[in-house]
Amino acid sequence: MPHIHPETELHNPQSAKPPLDPHLKALENEAIHIFREVAAEFERPVMLYSIGKDSSVLLHLARKAFYPGRVPFPLLHVNTGWKFAEMIAFRNEIVERYDLDLIEHVNPRGAAENVTPFTHGSALYTDIMKTEALRQALDAGQFDAAFGGARRDEEASRAKERIYSFRTPDHRWDPRNQRPELWNVYNGMIRKGESVRAFPLSNWTEVDIWRYIQAEDIPIVPLYFAEKRPIVERDGMMILAEDPRLELLPGETKREEVIRFRTLGCFPLTGAIRSNATTLDDIISELETATVSERQGRAIDRDQSGSMEKKKREGYF
Amino acid sequence: MTAPATANAVEHVAAGEVLAFPAQEPARATRDSRPLRLITCGSVDDGKSTLIGRLLWDTKAVKEDQAATLQRDSKGKQNDLGLPDFALLLDGLQAEREQGITIDVAYRYFSTDKRSFIVADTPGHEQYTRNMATGASTADLAVLLVDARVGLLEQTRRHATIATLMGIKQFVLAVNKIDLTDYDRARFEQISHEFRELALSLGVRQVTAIPVSALKGENVVYDGRASMPWYDGPTLIEVLELATTRSAQTVGFRLPVQRVSRPGESFRGYQGTVAGGSVKPGDSVVILPSGMVANVTKIVTFDLVRNAAVAGDAITLVLDRQVDVSRGDMIVAIDSQPLTGLSFDAQLVALQAEGIQPGKRYWLKSGSRRQRVQVQPASQLDLQTGKWNHAEQLPMNAIGKVHLAFDEQAIFDSYEQNRTTGAFILIDPDTNNTVAGGMITAKRSALGGIHTEDARVILSLPADLADQLMATELFAGRREEAEVRRVSAGRAVEIIDDIDG
Repeated sequence: MPHIHPETELHNPQSAKPPLDPHLKALENEAIHIFREVAAEFERPVMLYSIGKDSSVLLHLARKAFYPGRVPFPLLHVNTGWKFAEMIAFRNEIVERYDLDLIEHVNPRGAAENVTPFTHGSALYTDIMKTEALRQALDAGQFDAAFGGARRDEEASRAKERIYSFRTPDHRWDPRNQRPELWNVYNGMIRKGESVRAFPLSNWTEVDIWRYIQAEDIPIVPLYFAEKRPIVERDGMMILAEDPRLELLPGETKREEVIRFRTLGCFPLTGAIRSNATTLDDIISELETATVSERQGRAIDRDQSGSMEKKKREGYF
Repeated sequence: MTAPATANAVEHVAAGEVLAFPAQEPARATRDSRPLRLITCGSVDDGKSTLIGRLLWDTKAVKEDQAATLQRDSKGKQNDLGLPDFALLLDGLQAEREQGITIDVAYRYFSTDKRSFIVADTPGHEQYTRNMATGASTADLAVLLVDARVGLLEQTRRHATIATLMGIKQFVLAVNKIDLTDYDRARFEQISHEFRELALSLGVRQVTAIPVSALKGENVVYDGRASMPWYDGPTLIEVLELATTRSAQTVGFRLPVQRVSRPGESFRGYQGTVAGGSVKPGDSVVILPSGMVANVTKIVTFDLVRNAAVAGDAITLVLDRQVDVSRGDMIVAIDSQPLTGLSFDAQLVALQAEGIQPGKRYWLKSGSRRQRVQVQPASQLDLQTGKWNHAEQLPMNAIGKVHLAFDEQAIFDSYEQNRTTGAFILIDPDTNNTVAGGMITAKRSALGGIHTEDARVILSLPADLADQLMATELFAGRREEAEVRRVSAGRAVEIIDDIDG
């Protein structure tokens, strides 16, 4: 299976393209400004890379920001071991093609204790394999700034997060004591051990992301496009049934459906949607008439209202 | 959300709209504007969150699963229309939900076929002036809310003053809860008139007043003609679609240098975002503060080598000779240079509990430049009277005039000229926190400049002349130098007689 979608061939920097519309251009300019500012002000930046569509846009913007130089910081992928296989193959290909430095981290405690989404429940699993793992990786690299692809339109608590989001030495976020952020003047002053999470995509919406992917020919994981795939229905979600570690529960059956994913995470926790969208045009037109938000497919957000805020305070991205 | 609800939502997607692909080209072809940034201000009870919730709801920015969460969270709190509590869309943090108030700036996004919008929702309480200043710093337009039954409040004047100070020149007055006055036209017109007077006294000319019921959705996105046949003006969304975004393209070229790119011996470029004017290959530029001169040879971006760049563009500039340029320097047009010096006047908003202490040395960051500064407060704005009173220090939420003294050359434009190169933040070196947001008003000369302490000219003019004068750009920029008193022509004659006599 090709890991780069056929219609999104790798971008040639010198090719002539129609200019971006002013709205996307303004968002792109803002993101590039943030990338450069963080790279100049911090000693050890790193970019959180989750392989999803937002990460793909983030990476593309980083390459633009530092052109003609290399991206001057490594990418960090916090792997849970339960990502879609196609995501990992895509990641490896991108890293090689763009000459990037990749750090992959798996929580050794979780791996040793065999923590899985099936045995430990989604909340504990996410806490150990994502939140704790991220803290371990940031500590190990002594990173003082971490770029993330979070957008303010994703979830209510994110709507109030700053572009430079301050973290204590133990990676905590205090939503009630955020630094004021005026104009595009960012305060990057921190003490040793403290860090910031920087969010260049803060002002982007989901539709903006897709329109930009289309305008800029950005490669993305093929799971975003509709195809006939094996699924099993569980907890009201359609889960991809390709990985041999997925055991069917009593009453569950595997079947094939034409589906795609609006967001990508760990396959057991990510619900597919029925869709015939096989091109970027299809996806955008589907979105413009969509009646549910993208995080609707994420099991971890639905535990309780305010659950994302709680995870973020504890250091989840 | 419960499992059955999710399944329903998914089935709904499968069943209908999503699989039909409507022609989308017309909608996208018209979306050619830059996003409009706006701020909403109003006091706690004016229904501000309800108004924004209504905007998001009626422009379909709220999806079904979010609505389901909303319906569940607002259980028992639904209004008599059976609609969810829109305020919960915005009051995202749990602490806020518990207290039922908004404690911070929230950013929300919605769009119509014509434009996208970024709205900063800021709290109305006085102690959160700092949040309003934050939201206003990037806004092109302010929506001020009043309750039609109550009319203008002290708070309204305060919000309008802060918005003006932060450089906002377009106001919308949303006279909300008009349904609760039985759509009283006279009441609406009286409030609009009072507000226009207020706006004019602040030098703001672009004012639109709209009678609104956020709860019923009248004159927000859909018109309220059925209830208010007497109102034939625009809806809120129509005003927002037509508003102008700020542009710094007509002033001199400014490039604050963020970083120097040296990927190899053969390339040396200066990276930054154009903060004013435009640039093209062949232009002569000056590097500040060194004063060295060079010519632009290339404008490099990832996509192609460009033949021009304008304000807002993130670029890499290549010059024709080896000059010493580093982060924090500014590359500017040779024929239109900013102010440089060791001493400036500014206005600022104090953002933290410690306030601004006289003589304390802070870090000042403007663009990519960070330097030490000593801050001397001179006066504080009384938001109730609009007067500047002498002040030695500035407490949290105070708006003050200060003198800035630098050890090294500072580079600014006045904020009136350029909202990027005229803006700065102050950082407390002890806490690393951002303690003030400031705007440069002028460079201080050895003689003390034109802004001498507390000296104001009093102009007593017939009302129509006073209005016209106050509405000029020139006056807006120098409001603190003159006080305009509106008098009748007869009274003006008496004043002259008094002076002559």
